[in-house]
Amino acid sequence: MKDCAKRDVMVSSYPHDLDLSTVDDYTSGSDSDYTKYWIDWFLGTKGNEYFCEVDEEYILDRFNLTGLNTEVQYYSQALDLITDNLDENLDEEMRDIVEKSARHLYGLIHARFIITTHGLTKMLEKFKKCDFGRCPRVLCHNHPLLPVALSDIPYSKSVKLFCCRCEDIYNPKSSRHASIDGAYFGCSFPHMLFQVYPQLVPPKSTDRYVPRIFGFKLHDVAKQHRYQDMIREESHARIMAGIEGLPTTAAQGSSSGQQNHKNRATEGTGVATESGAMADVN
Amino acid sequence: MSAYDHQQQQQQLMRADNVEEEEEEEEEEDEEQLQGEYNEEYYGSDVSNESGPETMPWIAWFCSLGGHQYFAEVADEFVEDDFNLTGLNSIVPFYKEALDMILDLEPEEDSTKVPDVSIVEASAEQLYGLIHQRFIVTRQGLQQMADKYQAGHFGSCPRTFCQSTNVVPCGRYDLPGVETVKLYCPNCQDIYSPPSSRYHNLDGAYFGTTFAHMLFHIYPELVPNIPNKIYAPAIYGFKISEYSRCGPRMQWLRNKQDPKLLDASGKMIKDSDDDDQ
Repeated sequence: MKDCAKRDVMVSSYPHDLDLSTVDDYTSGSDSDYTKYWIDWFLGTKGNEYFCEVDEEYILDRFNLTGLNTEVQYYSQALDLITDNLDENLDEEMRDIVEKSARHLYGLIHARFIITTHGLTKMLEKFKKCDFGRCPRVLCHNHPLLPVALSDIPYSKSVKLFCCRCEDIYNPKSSRHASIDGAYFGCSFPHMLFQVYPQLVPPKSTDRYVPRIFGFKLHDVAKQHRYQDMIREESHARIMAGIEGLPTTAAQGSSSGQQNHKNRATEGTGVATESGAMADVN
Repeated sequence: MSAYDHQQQQQQLMRADNVEEEEEEEEEEDEEQLQGEYNEEYYGSDVSNESGPETMPWIAWFCSLGGHQYFAEVADEFVEDDFNLTGLNSIVPFYKEALDMILDLEPEEDSTKVPDVSIVEASAEQLYGLIHQRFIVTRQGLQQMADKYQAGHFGSCPRTFCQSTNVVPCGRYDLPGVETVKLYCPNCQDIYSPPSSRYHNLDGAYFGTTFAHMLFHIYPELVPNIPNKIYAPAIYGFKISEYSRCGPRMQWLRNKQDPKLLDASGKMIKDSDDDDQ
């Protein structure tokens, strides 16, 4: 509570500081690392454009940080640094270690925060500004991307970018972004965003690139395309049947699902959707 | 100065060149007055000095420029054979000057009357690109491009599950000025925009629609063998239902199947056996 109060005072006094020393804020970046707000400094650092600002209240509520103390070394000092309460009299070496921990901790808090209501709205703003880049696939026509992880465990996979138009994931263009830990965003985030804002899902297109040699389609590729079209029509029919008979969804879904299951088993393909693993998150 | 009618002709062919378009708008009024002088000033720009170091052949110099890493060096013999250039003279303005520039031939006399060198340079670039489009589908060109492909000169696929497999440049149109170059991934059989903006004004026609597929047709061993994976969206580890409003709808797109297992209508061959029974 004390922290909160102190924080409020600081926040209210901030504009005055800004008026007095706007230039200083930017020029003496390294000096003011621990005199200014740590989060602002962190977000302003090059390569951290994907992160949004985690609410102060969210960080200060210890319930939200449950379990993180075992993930992060020097947890309490790192937390102090994030909330700008770190003791100034630390030696250089220690400060570096705490700094590193603080970034890690912030990332892990960030992953939890961005799937809360407020976090989602903040990330939505960034999505609308295309802060995460645009889909490199030509037929997606520069659709904005969202960060996503392939694993929620820290230090396992770097962050990827999800395109909701082609529903595929891509590597970030810049190596700076490609080295960010995926666990700072989590596997669920973009899908949670679309569950909450389903109107953002773009209409899906059946456009695809058709390879041609001297204007002629290729036989093998055309066969594969027909196969894909078949899969698409099957799944479309299945979905429509499922949605129409909503009260009997389970019955219809499972019957058509089983049929498909059988097909796929014989096909031996790695189709990811399995009717058995339905989870309606709504 | 005298070249505006030609420049305009070029504009009709090359929509992408914004800078010149602006110039054209500004000076369109002067155009008619200058038109008469044009024929006399047709020849004679001191191209060799301006286009590159004299020690280096133009083609080698051009391919070494930043943003031209995708280009193969077209063999001189290929350019010198007029048959290979059939039809290009009607597409490229200043065709003759541009061709001389590419072949490092001294421009003919009358060097006092100089058409704007930058225009000839632009023409030379376009002409080289279009020759390049034809060259890289020949045996020699394919060999060069295959070497470049294996050396990774064209970059890698941005799609995560393609595991950074190498890509090749390709165009979606064979006529210049329609679209910039794209990158074709042989694994996901899809096309992507180049990550670096330096390639965003390179014309796709300089590589053509055919080359990428011809390459993998002639060198099937270059096709990567990467296990097929489709991204499955999930929340807290639970897959999103198909029936959800924002459930997966595009998984067909990445559903790759070995063409040997498919019949001509795209059905699984084993499946059709089952149907018969």
